[in-house]
Parts: sequence; structure tokens; C-alpha cells
Amino acid sequence: MARIIVVTSGKGGVGKTTSSAAISTGLAQRGYKTAVVDFDVGLRNLDLIMGVERRVVYDFVNVINDEAKLGQALIRDKRVENLYVLPASQTRDKDALTQEGVGKVLGQFAEDGFDYVICDSPAGIERGAQLAMYFADEAIVVSNPEVSSVRDSDRMLGILSSKSRRAEQDDEPIREHLLITRYQPERVDLGEMLSVEDVLEILSVPLLGVIPESEAVLQASNAGVPVIMESGSDAGQAYDDAVARLLGEERELRFVDARKKGFFSRLLGK
Amino acid sequence: MSLFDYFRSSRKSSASVAKERLKIIVAHERGRRGGPDYLPQMEEELLAVVRKYTRVGDDAVRVNLEKDQGFDVMEVNITLPERDED
Repeated sequence: MARIIVVTSGKGGVGKTTSSAAISTGLAQRGYKTAVVDFDVGLRNLDLIMGVERRVVYDFVNVINDEAKLGQALIRDKRVENLYVLPASQTRDKDALTQEGVGKVLGQFAEDGFDYVICDSPAGIERGAQLAMYFADEAIVVSNPEVSSVRDSDRMLGILSSKSRRAEQDDEPIREHLLITRYQPERVDLGEMLSVEDVLEILSVPLLGVIPESEAVLQASNAGVPVIMESGSDAGQAYDDAVARLLGEERELRFVDARKKGFFSRLLGK
Repeated sequence: MSLFDYFRSSRKSSASVAKERLKIIVAHERGRRGGPDYLPQMEEELLAVVRKYTRVGDDAVRVNLEKDQGFDVMEVNITLPERDED
């Protein structure tokens, strides 16, 4: 059985694709056969973040429409074994994804022996986002420590608990995780940013990880390398911790405290 | 925090303002979750009825929905003005 995990947020620009790329890579690095699927029809971007944009031949919609086999559309990652990317279609047809079609393709992953399918949801609560989470077993809700993002996350949690297949069939509910991204401990200390505790208090969802605001994220996306592969970077290590926790390991939180400052830099506000 | 910050007034940090605002709006939206679409309009009309008899603020009427097994309970809270104001 392939475990289906949706990465969602409601709000755009919070780091869904960055997180999908990092987490799927982390799972594959640990030996799990993993696919990461772009649900953002018309605005394909996962391929760029994964660095496979020039190898796209067929896409998700081609597979749904039986124009290509899943195996033909999947792009095998050249750096990490067991890692595959299914790009979104660039069609402008909003109805290209159907529930039946998505269900069929996800079933195919299970038949092909995949352990994990990571569904990279588009922003918003429209069809693409709803289909990305509909079949999920687990959900990673990505949130920035910022009011609009936290509110949208709460809204997504409501949708997850009412509009998913598990909810409709009265199955065990989707297992929810919170991933806080773009965290700046220095600003939290200054009282300018919601803290991890604040966000947890409002959303009350188990914490999967805290990814610090990091130069490494932009540099990795520039290069088309999932940031988790930058194992020397803070963000890369934080994602690695998150993947470990996803698999049930206990890892202490890192990168949530501002670096200790000396007396003079404190005095100068540097 | 720099030396200059110590001289700034002790106004509430923006993060704590954010947290308070979020708590209120999230609680409000959760109360509505899964409820029928007519709730906001009903709330509006209830407010109009209350205002026929007394003066109340915009948030005097609060409608909450509790889901129970097999049935939903709608809870309507109407906050009346303090008595000595009348």
C-alpha cells in the first residue's frame, strides 16, 4: 500500500513545493520508493524545484487521459534512487483533473510498489487543492508564522476533516502534521513574529518541524536541488528532522532559538 | 534588541496583537465550520430584530454550531447592553 501524503496550506507562497520536494527526497534517501506529484495544473513548478524541467515528456493529465502510461510520465531522479516526479499539466483546462482520474493514478502507484506518494497541492481551495487532499492518508499543513497563513491553515484543517475520502467514508481521520516554515527566531524574540508555541496554540496540530528562514532555500531552488540535499544548511537539516519525525523518530527541535549574541552586538542592535 | 529599543514605549508587541486577532477569528470561523451557508445572513437578520428593541453593537449576536451525533445544535448568543446604560 502506498501511503498518500498531501502537502497543503491554503495560502500561496508559504513553501508547499519546497517542502514537497524536500520531504519526498528525504523519504527516498531513506530507501522508500517515493513519488512526488504536482497537482498545480496550469502552473507547473515542482519540476523546476526538483531540477527535472527539461526531462518532462508526459504529465499527470496525460496519464489520467490514458495518453501515456504512468511509467512513461514519471521522471526518475538522477541523484537519489527510488525518487520519481510526476509533473503537472500546463493545460489551462480547469477540469483536466477528475476525482476518478486522480484515484486511478494513485491506485497505479500502489500497484507499482510505491511506499509514499507526496501530493504537492496548489494554493487555494479550488478543485486542484481539493483533489490533492481527497485521497490522503496524512496531511502536512505548511504555515508561515504570520496571520493570513495561520488562518488559512486552520481553514484547510477544517476542509481536511470534512471533505476528504476518509471523512466521507467515516474512516479513521487523516493524520495531520504542522510544518512551520520561514521561521525567524530573532524576530520572535523581538516580539515581531508569532512563535512556534503561538501557532501551535491556535492550530493545535502535532508539530512535524520548524524550517528556519534560510538563504539555502532560494539557492537550492535556483539550482533545482531539493534543499534537503544541502545537508550542511540549516533548512536542509530541519527538513531532515521533519522527515525523521514523519517516520516516527523523535528529534529535538533545532533552529528555533536566536543565536546567542555578545554584549556589544546586543548594544548595537546587530 | 538594541539600546534604542529600551527607550521605546512599552507598547504591545505586534506578535501578541497578531495572536489575539488570530485566536478570535479562528474561533469564530470554527464555530461556523460545516454549517449552512445561510448562517451569516441569519445572524444579520437576528441582529436587526434585536435592534428593534435595544441598542447593541455589531457583534452582539453570535451564532455557533455544535455538531452532535445525528443532529446539530445551533447556539445563538445575544449580548445585551449593560443595564445602567439604559
